[in-house]
Amino acid sequence: MPAEPVTTGALPVPDVQAQPAREARGGRLPYFSLGIVALFVLVAILAPLLSPADPADQSLRNRFRPPVWMEGGTAKHLLGTDRLGRDMLSRIIWGSRVSLAAGVITVLIATAFGASVGLVAGYYGGRVDAVLMRVTDATMSFPVILLALILAVTVGPSFTNVVVAIAVILWARFARVIRGQVLTLMGLDFIAQARIAGAGAWRIITRHLFPNTLNTLVVLLTLQIGYVIIVEASLSFLGAGIPPPTPAWGSMIAEGREFVTSAWWVSGLPGLAILLVVLAFNLLGDWLRDTLDPKLRQL
Amino acid sequence: MIRFVLSRLLQSLVALAILSVVVFALARATGDPLQLILPMSATPEDYAEARRYLGLDRPYVEQYLSFVGRAVTGDFGMSIRARRPVVELLQERLPNSIRLAAFAMAITLSIAFPLGVIAAVRKGTGIDRLAQVIAVLGQSLPTFWVSIVLVEVVAGRLQWLPAGSNEAGLASYVLPGFTLGWFVVAGMMRLLRSGMLEVLDSEYVKLARVKGVLEPRVVWMHALKNALIPVVTFAGIYFSILVTTAIVVETVFAWPGLGRLAYEGISSRDYPVIQAVVLTTAVIVALVNLSVDCLYAVIDPRIRHAG
Amino acid sequence: MAVPVIDVQDLRTHLVTRWGTVKAVDGVSFSVAEGETLGLVGESGSGKSMTCLSLIRLTPRPASRMVSGSIRLDGDELTRKSEAEMQKIRGRKIAMILQDPMSSLNPVYSVGMQVREPVSLYHGLRGRSLSARAAALLAAVRIPAPETRLRAFPFQMSGGMRQRVVGAMAIAAPPRLLIADEPTTSLDLTIQAQYLGLLEELQHQHRLAMIFITHNLGIVSKICDRVAVMYAGRIVEMGPVRQIFKTPTHPYTRALLESIPRLGARRDRLTAIEGQPPDLARLPGGCAFAPRCPQAMDRCRAEAPPAFSVAPGQTSACWLHAPA
Repeated sequence: MPAEPVTTGALPVPDVQAQPAREARGGRLPYFSLGIVALFVLVAILAPLLSPADPADQSLRNRFRPPVWMEGGTAKHLLGTDRLGRDMLSRIIWGSRVSLAAGVITVLIATAFGASVGLVAGYYGGRVDAVLMRVTDATMSFPVILLALILAVTVGPSFTNVVVAIAVILWARFARVIRGQVLTLMGLDFIAQARIAGAGAWRIITRHLFPNTLNTLVVLLTLQIGYVIIVEASLSFLGAGIPPPTPAWGSMIAEGREFVTSAWWVSGLPGLAILLVVLAFNLLGDWLRDTLDPKLRQL
Repeated sequence: MIRFVLSRLLQSLVALAILSVVVFALARATGDPLQLILPMSATPEDYAEARRYLGLDRPYVEQYLSFVGRAVTGDFGMSIRARRPVVELLQERLPNSIRLAAFAMAITLSIAFPLGVIAAVRKGTGIDRLAQVIAVLGQSLPTFWVSIVLVEVVAGRLQWLPAGSNEAGLASYVLPGFTLGWFVVAGMMRLLRSGMLEVLDSEYVKLARVKGVLEPRVVWMHALKNALIPVVTFAGIYFSILVTTAIVVETVFAWPGLGRLAYEGISSRDYPVIQAVVLTTAVIVALVNLSVDCLYAVIDPRIRHAG
Repeated sequence: MAVPVIDVQDLRTHLVTRWGTVKAVDGVSFSVAEGETLGLVGESGSGKSMTCLSLIRLTPRPASRMVSGSIRLDGDELTRKSEAEMQKIRGRKIAMILQDPMSSLNPVYSVGMQVREPVSLYHGLRGRSLSARAAALLAAVRIPAPETRLRAFPFQMSGGMRQRVVGAMAIAAPPRLLIADEPTTSLDLTIQAQYLGLLEELQHQHRLAMIFITHNLGIVSKICDRVAVMYAGRIVEMGPVRQIFKTPTHPYTRALLESIPRLGARRDRLTAIEGQPPDLARLPGGCAFAPRCPQAMDRCRAEAPPAFSVAPGQTSACWLHAPA
């Protein structure tokens, strides 16, 4: 792909193109997304303290109790109960742990590995780059869920499997994007100057290239957390994710599948939780991108 | 141009060869299928006999070579579970998946394209906001959740559309196709919108306007072709996301396609089926990527002259 | 005197930005006759490009507004025209050459397509006659083997050649007024002279009125008949080139001319103009150059000076030249 021309920052004395006043580039903090993300993290960490009941506590007498604001609801189960009488609020709170852990760990692994590959490929170029990119492209096109299913059946469903299955494919995305960035950076003068000054590959990569890709990494990272959470939920839904009895939002939705029109809250509330959390991460990622580097609009 | 296509083809073949080995290993790793087929009372002799019958007692290398040899001629062996040639199962299921995917892509393109372009041209207006909302929602809503809601509400309660399988003709394509395409709509529309915004700012678009070229032509001819480049680049990835999502959608909607076959095969540890499905998927993905590369070269003359 | 090809009176264009309202063009008046070349000189941000974009109403939207003023093309008032009518003016009556040849041409379409486009649009030609005319245009800008070149793509051409293609598109009509926005800034020095010669030839051939935007006074002296010096969206001095160069009257013009390093002149240091270019969103009341002017008076800071006549055909917007 032809390299993008690097534009230098312009003084705020417009000569040709002016930004219309209405376009707020970053500036305003995204309170909604930050709030939801913070809430999510807090809830996940403090789950044992916040959960009103034991999520595994079954009570066949109390099955399918609606949430407190509906007829038949009780304050004891603010969000109702599922088909085994387990408290929905507690299960959702505990489920956030799984989602958060899966999201964060997977993305961190994928970032670390993918960024490294991207940096190396971009720096060395030539054959190294060509080979690495072929591998990256091949990896990127392998369907995640297929791999996760196979792992789930082979080694048995588990948290580790989910993380591995997703990370093994996700890193490719990071590698591609970082490599593109590095290619642009390599064309800039300061890299040539570092070389002239005698810097070796390791130094250039860690000292000069990597810090300049941090912006991109942060944006991509945030945007991918939402994606991973959805994939993990999909896997749990299919039965290939986190095994019971650990509450996971995806499996909760699967359990409530047949009661969508009757006891809608069993599937609906966890689904809403996923929606809110992923939405928050996506919006946060968008804001980060607009603030840190609008040139990444392609993400 | 020819050299370009040939070199890409060669690379795809190499990738496929590597993949076949991986597939072979993975399928074997799913465990012993015999445990699922033979009754509890089976003796070790029964196991040995079954193994010999299915050819599972031969050395791995031999198994691999015979697998590859027959795969190339289209013989994928017998499904352990269904006791039918795998290739028959493929022939039944694959067209269904392709039709569903095509339907989903049609929906995606017909929504994402106009919306993405118009959102960019009318940046900041109602249409743009709508597009952005759709984009963000599309990428935040879990597909399977939407699917089951649709199945229960639209198909179950309201009885507007059929819930699953492809019995009822075109109508049965709607729900699963829509669900399948939804996620991709968001991504593609965003990409197109941002690509158009960037291109509309460029010097050559400015010059086209200076020349007096009418605005519709400026947008749909001069700008769009350039904005397509990043979209096409990602088209390959989106296709594999489509494949991934298809497994979920086909399972929820009981669609008799490749995705569901994969799910069934993995659950019953049906090696030949698993191998065949993964390999077929890989071939399809490789073909799609190849076409995408060629499309890329068609759009951008700089690529096809670079060879 | 005949009606000038373009006559601009008190043009004002404002831009709304997040830093405030920018008066990009702040009361500009000039006229250009057939066969005449007016140079528009000034630093970045002085409003040269904005003025010309205002003529064809292609200032960046939605932020910009043409607040007031009159633009007459061959006597026809342009400010009252609809967008559809303006689209007929662009390219056909007023053509423009942009600055950077590397980004002016659409990379995914052939040169032929891009040259044929205006010809088909203005003259309604099709098929073989269309291609023939396109090739003829390329020949007119001295591109060798024009028929073959029609099939080439921009990335296969050098900067100089691309700029010629842009020139070919500009004379496709041919227009009445040709605006050249720093067309040679990105070209090699040797190519620059060739290109300037080409422009002069085309102007002569088609009797074009030409506006030449540049920050290079050397080019002005070579190719322009009259020159208008711009600062902060206003024209501070205007007149015949030779006169202005010999006797610049406005302090800014003087400073500009003095800051050009000259070979052989006895000088120890380069003279630069004191201060910074103004923030167009926060212009001081009064003369915009006053903060940097060595001869600023109290009156300058209080009130913006109109253009005063200092010699036949030469005006200067400076209180120094107010009639006593």
